[in-house]
Parts: sequence; C-alpha cells; structure tokens
Amino acid sequence: MQNELDAVVNEQASEVVLEKPESQLKEMWFSLIANKGAVAGLVIILLLTLVAVFGRFIMPYDPNYSDMTISFQSPSAAHWFGTDQLGRDIFSRIIDGTHISLTVGISAVALSLTIGTILGAIAGYRGGKIDTVIMRIMDMMLAIPSILLAIAFMAALGKGIDKAVIAIGLVCIPEYARIVRGCILSVKENDYVQAARVVGNKDFRIVFKHILPNVLSSIVVRATLGISSAVLDTAALGFLGLGVQPPFAEWGDMLGRARGFIFSAPYTLIFPGIAITITVLAFNLLGDGLRDALDPKSRKI
Amino acid sequence: MLLEVKNLKTEFKLKKGVVNAVDDISFSVDKGEILAIVGESGSGKSVTSLSIMGLIAEPGKVAGGEILFKGTDLTKLPVSELQKIRGDQISMIFQEPMTSLNPVYRVKDQIMESIMTHMKLSKEEALKRTVEMLDLVGIPSPEKRAGDYPHQMSGGMRQRVMIAMALACHPELLIADEPTTALDVTIQAQILELLYSLREKLGMAVLLITHDLGVVAEAADRVIVMYCGKIVEEADVKTLFTDPKHPYTVGLLESIPKMDDERERLYMIKGMVPNPLKMPKGCSFSDRCEKCMEKCKEHIPALIEVNGAKVRCFLYSDAEEGKV
Repeated sequence: MQNELDAVVNEQASEVVLEKPESQLKEMWFSLIANKGAVAGLVIILLLTLVAVFGRFIMPYDPNYSDMTISFQSPSAAHWFGTDQLGRDIFSRIIDGTHISLTVGISAVALSLTIGTILGAIAGYRGGKIDTVIMRIMDMMLAIPSILLAIAFMAALGKGIDKAVIAIGLVCIPEYARIVRGCILSVKENDYVQAARVVGNKDFRIVFKHILPNVLSSIVVRATLGISSAVLDTAALGFLGLGVQPPFAEWGDMLGRARGFIFSAPYTLIFPGIAITITVLAFNLLGDGLRDALDPKSRKI
Repeated sequence: MLLEVKNLKTEFKLKKGVVNAVDDISFSVDKGEILAIVGESGSGKSVTSLSIMGLIAEPGKVAGGEILFKGTDLTKLPVSELQKIRGDQISMIFQEPMTSLNPVYRVKDQIMESIMTHMKLSKEEALKRTVEMLDLVGIPSPEKRAGDYPHQMSGGMRQRVMIAMALACHPELLIADEPTTALDVTIQAQILELLYSLREKLGMAVLLITHDLGVVAEAADRVIVMYCGKIVEEADVKTLFTDPKHPYTVGLLESIPKMDDERERLYMIKGMVPNPLKMPKGCSFSDRCEKCMEKCKEHIPALIEVNGAKVRCFLYSDAEEGKV
C-alpha cells in the first residue's frame, strides 16, 4: 500500500520536474527590458560609463587648456558646447566630468551601503538596546538636512574628491540602515531562519547568508536610486565650491563658477545642467524599472 | 537515558506579568524511543521543544531546571558549544514546510550547509551525502531534485527535504514540532511512516510534538499530555488510549469523532484554556473539569503514579503539589 502510494507520488513528482519554471533571474531580466524607461536608463548609463572610461580619446580639446582669447564663444562647429570664461572647451570638460560624477556617485553609495547594511543588520537582528541606540543615531542624522550635514563633514574633512565621497557616503548611511533593518525584521521571523539556527549556524552566517539575500532586491533598488541622489549631491557640493577642486572639471563646479554669466552666456550653464539631469534621470529610470521587475506582484504576465 | 529534562521552567516576562509557559516539567527520552507530547495550543509543548534547542527568544527565558543531554546540562552551555550540538546531535523539524526552507537557495545548498558545518567533509563528499539523504527520505531521482529550489517542490516534498536536512548528520535526537500539521492526510501518513522507519534504521530518538491524537496513536511509544505548561498525564501509548486517567485526557479522546457515532454534535470540553496571566489557584483544569471537586479549586494536585502511568489529579490521590 505504502509503496503504491509512493509510486503515485513519485510519478506526479517527475511530471512536475518537466515543466521547470524559468530561472528567476531570466524572468526578472525580461520584465526589466519590457519597461521602456528602464531600458532607456540602462542604455544611457552604459553610454555614460563608456564616456567615463574612454572619454579622453574622444575629447576634442584638453579640458584644462585655457585660452583667454577665445573665452565665451557660443556653441559652434569648433566648440560644440561653446567655451567658458577661461576659454576652455565646455564639451571636453563635460566629458571629463563624467568619470568624476560617476566615480563619486558610485563610491559614495558603496560606502554608505556597506556601513548602512552592517548597522541595519545588527540593529534589526539583535533588536533591544543596540537597535535603539543605532536607530536613534540614524534618526538624528536624518533630522539634519543632508546637504547641510555633507557641508559640515566637508568642513571637518577638508576639500577634495575623496573627501566628497566620504561626506556624501556618511550622509546617506541612515537611509540604507533603515531599509535593511526593516527588511531584516520582516524576514528574521521566518521558519527558515529558525531552521538555519537549528542546523547550528553562527549569527553572522545567518544574517549574511540566510537573511540578506532575501532582502537583496529592495537594497539593489534603493542603491540604484541612491546613485542618482549621490550624483546630485556631488554637483551640489561642487556648486558650493566644496567638492572637487579645480582644475578638475566637475559638473556642479562648472555650474557654480559660471552662474554669474547666466544671462550673457547661458550655454556655460545649460550644458553641465543637462549632463547632471540626464545622469540623474537615467539612474532614476533604472531604479524604478528594477523595483517593478524585482517585485513579482507588479510584474506583467 | 539520552535526554533528561528536570524541573524545566520557561517563563515569558510581559508588561502585564510573568507567564509560565512551561511550569516545572520533568521527563526523559530513551535511545531510540518516540515520545509524543500532546496538548492544545498554548499548553507549552512548542516552548518545551524550543527550550531544549536553546532557541527561546526574548522576552522569554529558561528560568530554572536542567536539560541533560547525555549528561551535559544544555541550559548551562555557552552558545558556541550549543551550536556544535544543534544540527549535529539534536535536530529539529518544523510545522510549516512551506516556510522553513530558504527560498533563495537550492535544496542541496541547504542540506550541504548543515553537513559541512558539522562534519569535516569535502564538497563532493557532502554533495554525495546530500543525495543519499534525499534518497533516504524518499525523494525520487534525488540527483536531479537536489538542484531544485524550494518553490519547485510540493509541501510533502519540502517536509521530506526538511527531514533530510535534520537527519544529515545522524542526530541522536530529533525534535519534530507538529511535522504533519500542514500536510494533507495521505502525505501525513507517509511522513509518519518515514519517521518510524528512520527510527528503526538510524536508532535515533524522536520527540514528537503534536496536538493530533491520531498521529500519537500511529507513531508514539510513550505519551505526555500537557495542559497549561504542566504535565497532567504520562503513559505508554496503549495505556493512554485504553485507560485514560486524567479528565482532560478523557475529554480529548472523547472529542475524536468515531465512525459508529450516532450523536448529532461532537463531544467537546467546555470552556476555554485559562488566560495564562490569570491561572486558577488550584488545578489549572478545574474550571473546565466535569469531575471538579471543592479541593481542586484550592490546591494543585501532584503528579503521582497510578498503575504504571503518571497522572496529576485528585481523583486518584490526595497528594498535593509540593507536599509529597
């Protein structure tokens, strides 16, 4: 009797095997590329990355070469985006600025993501007093406007590209800590976490191997959107003269230095502004697309 | 004696007061024995199993007593020592097979993890053992199924995988917390059959936590009936079903529907489990008991032996708790 039952079950089971569902990653990918905005974002990001890496080969001029005799030239065939107050080619400077914006944006997010994830994981998994202490500190950081806090960090650290990364990275920590903590709280009560404990795993392994992969999707989405705000923050710091220092070309810095000429030579502002907008928009589009793709409920069938 | 629980007390400190989820219970499990703990929701059976594993989470804690596993008191071991025993010598399976496997890993990854945590085996050897275990628990074409994700399996399959995971290191004690509750009846029978045969093959002891007396009758050697954190009756399975003593056990057996029953309504034990914060002063079952006497409301009866079984009731002896 038992064997017969087993046989029936086994037969059903082997039928199930045949219609193996598509891999999750594949499904996610198809869902992502069905979203036009996300594809646009992805293509722009890829182009920006190419420009950041190979930019020096396509720049028509040296971005830092200044020739006062040709300052404030309107866009022309020779200078596509015109020249600035020091006679530097704006097109070349924008290309040169791409790698700074992307590097600062991505490394700042990497920094805050790492620290935020660790803090959030400890707070969420441990709970109790540690949770209260960590999260209240995060709340305090969130209570101060982020750009103000970044300025304060810059003031303490000094100027420079590496300092900008640290300042923007530190400011963004609370966002990630909160998201990771929330996700861990919702996942840690699951039976499989208990099962991992029963098997004899250590806490560290349970958090990083059993819990975090389950919350990865929300972290990825947040990080993608985070890059766009980090790019914006970099530009804001540059605009205030605190970020990357001359002679390096940085979009925010270019805006800041040209703002006196907004009426006489608007092209000195318009093009860096467009570059910032496009970059931020691309990461936002990709982030939104990822959010939809990673959430099976909102997936189109 | 493989496992000896002595005067175990587990309490939960809540804002409104202290709940004694497990209140001074003692029992033992022999090598190769299947001991069932029965009781309704809130009787403390799951808390007992979690106490043994050392998995009681805040705000609860083991407040007293000893849990001797092969002579070592688990309540006094540091966490790192406990982690070595968990999964290796004592293992556990859960009620909900649908949620007790991690959705982001393949089945084999999860079983191999348990093996590689406790045994010094290479990856190939661990994989080989994983496939053997899946075969042992009756998963068809185990080499192929090992690479599946949990969502590709049915509930019964997942419970089998859970059992394979729990048994991967040949534990001497398996705690099965309602292993069949979430499964349908045919699969239930298969899983019980499996546990039974694995006990024969591997010689491990099983602590079976359940509220299903049918499961008890089918699988257990000995039974403990719990009510409100206390053991009210302990007997071998035959005695319990042929000669139940405590009015609560009698009521439980009475509530099982029978094929030849002519009654319109099923029997039920009147009343509800008392609020754990407002326990009756005397016997905790007194306000639901049909045979309640004056004495029962004032004093707590002791667990005493009657004809080879243990029962906690004034119907059988006047002995009071704490005055024996």
